[in-house]
Amino acid sequence: MLRFLTRRLLGAALILLVISAATFLLFFAVTPDPALLSCGKQCTPETLAAIQHNLGVDSPVPVQYWHFLVGVFAGRDFGAGQHCPAPCLGYSFVNQQPVLQTLLDRLPATLSVAFGAGALVLTMGVGLGLIAALRRGKPLDKASMGLALIGASFQIYFFGIIARYVLVDQLGWLPRPDYTPLTSDPLQWAGGMILPWVTLAVVNAATYARFTRSTMLENLSEEYVRAVRAKGLSARAVYLKHAFRGAMTPVLTMFGIDMGMFLGGALITETTFNIPGIGRLAVDSVAAQDLPMMMGTVLVASTAMVFASIAVDACYALIDPRVRTS
Amino acid sequence: MTDTFLTVTDLGVRFRTEDGPVQAVDGLSFELERGRTLAIVGESGSGKSVTSLAVLGLHDPARTTLTGSIKLDGQELVGADEGTLRGLRGSRMAMVFQDALTALSPYYTVGEQIAESFRRHTGANRRAAKDRAVELLGRVGIPSPARRAEDYPHQFSGGMRQRAMIACALVCDPELLIADEPTTALDVTVQAQILDLLGDLQREFGTAIILITHDLGVVAGNANDALVMYAGRCVEQGSVEQVLTEPQHPYTAGLLSSVPRLHGDVDVPLTPVRGNPPALLGGLPPGCAFRPRCDHAQDRCSEDRPQLVGVGGRLAACHFPLLASDPTDQLETSR
Repeated sequence: MLRFLTRRLLGAALILLVISAATFLLFFAVTPDPALLSCGKQCTPETLAAIQHNLGVDSPVPVQYWHFLVGVFAGRDFGAGQHCPAPCLGYSFVNQQPVLQTLLDRLPATLSVAFGAGALVLTMGVGLGLIAALRRGKPLDKASMGLALIGASFQIYFFGIIARYVLVDQLGWLPRPDYTPLTSDPLQWAGGMILPWVTLAVVNAATYARFTRSTMLENLSEEYVRAVRAKGLSARAVYLKHAFRGAMTPVLTMFGIDMGMFLGGALITETTFNIPGIGRLAVDSVAAQDLPMMMGTVLVASTAMVFASIAVDACYALIDPRVRTS
Repeated sequence: MTDTFLTVTDLGVRFRTEDGPVQAVDGLSFELERGRTLAIVGESGSGKSVTSLAVLGLHDPARTTLTGSIKLDGQELVGADEGTLRGLRGSRMAMVFQDALTALSPYYTVGEQIAESFRRHTGANRRAAKDRAVELLGRVGIPSPARRAEDYPHQFSGGMRQRAMIACALVCDPELLIADEPTTALDVTVQAQILDLLGDLQREFGTAIILITHDLGVVAGNANDALVMYAGRCVEQGSVEQVLTEPQHPYTAGLLSSVPRLHGDVDVPLTPVRGNPPALLGGLPPGCAFRPRCDHAQDRCSEDRPQLVGVGGRLAACHFPLLASDPTDQLETSR
């Protein structure tokens, strides 16, 4: 287990290094000098040079990347005299806020969306899929698969806006989607999150329902399930203890990928419902050509992805002894 | 002592498929006493496995129709409700599957899988069931059973897995054991060990065994009676000695002549049964199902379906049984 973790963590570090380098290069490939943006209309070469120096963009790109890396591990000093202690992700080009602090401020909102939606997606999707597989070919199967198809056909920005208009603005059944920190008022937190959670769940659960149904049917036709039935075990034991255990692995893979994406910031959901999370921050920083902030959000997203995949592999080992012992 | 435990009368199994109905088993009747072994022999698709699944009630009820009667110790199983069948499965009748690698769940330890059946039928607690599983593993010849009970199926060798599978089936001392090709997936040396084990356990507990196989060598050494199936019907049925030494049905004879023999001449080529079994989809044509592959077929065979009748001390379904002809003659003509 320790060797597995060490290997995976080293791999994760390498992936993050490659992603950050690629983001850095891409940014400078498409963006003209970021100093020009803050230089204003009467931009003299002297002011431009000063701004470049303050932002730390006055050296060649590889050197800047090196400074960025050094900052992450050892901290760095900027031209204007600020010292940024490690782990330093720099200061926003736009509002001079430290990137790390902004990310940490935004993270709770994203975590709220991700974990709530993740739990709802999993229960709704897997539950629907289990029912459909159990009642294969019966009306309930067709109804739940039809429902899944409709859900999967929605886009978040479409379903979210319609649902908000009908359920919040017209009927007043749900509170207005909004982010309140969990620590300040749990009830208000949950109330404001309902619509984002439901929206993400409706759009994503469909895939889980269809996937669970097909892996369940596949596992139910396995020889060992027949052998379990030959032992006289109850239908529930056959279904949930044996067939479901085998069906869980592929579903979990998909869930890991989706959780990685949610944790990196559900861009469209956060934008649709005006939730101040990492996703919104990413969109805003790209629009503002705010390199340090963008690097920060990219790092959060890729870290989430990498760790989600490590978690999935660890779950594999828990579920399947063949993974564990080989 | 005649102590009939299982009586199957005129069993029919019909599947509904997307392409139409399939009569997988038709008019099958046999009896089995405690302590005896009946071998059901036939090619793939002849209905032998379907028969065993029907006895256990493991067919898909939505697509399958059973007709006739299956009586286990006097209790009718055809049409019995699922709860009744579940109570019998694993406790009074159990099954050993062909491939223990796929028939044991990869996700639970061998001990757990043996214990779960015991707990289900006896209500024993976890501790007692585990002790029972270890005891059974020891009895089927697994060394250091207490330790191996904690292993998963993939950590067992093929022969050990089949032993574990047998332990699984025997954990509640069933009176009827159905072994569906129990040795097909195993090495020859291990095959003999597994069959010996089944024989020993049968002598010890008086279990009635249905041995489903396509291997006539297995039949010869391990069964009392044999039932040969072709296209869902019984074509010959009798004691193993009668059926294997003096086959009456050309199909049985054909199966026998396609098996190499130790005491025969080495240079005599084997004669496989030519052709393929008929497709069951859409129903069989009238007459004898084996006719297209039979060297003895005459006009009557294509019109009139032969019934099982007593020939030379056993039952055979053939208009022109081989009794009169010399077996060597028959080998010559079938070439």
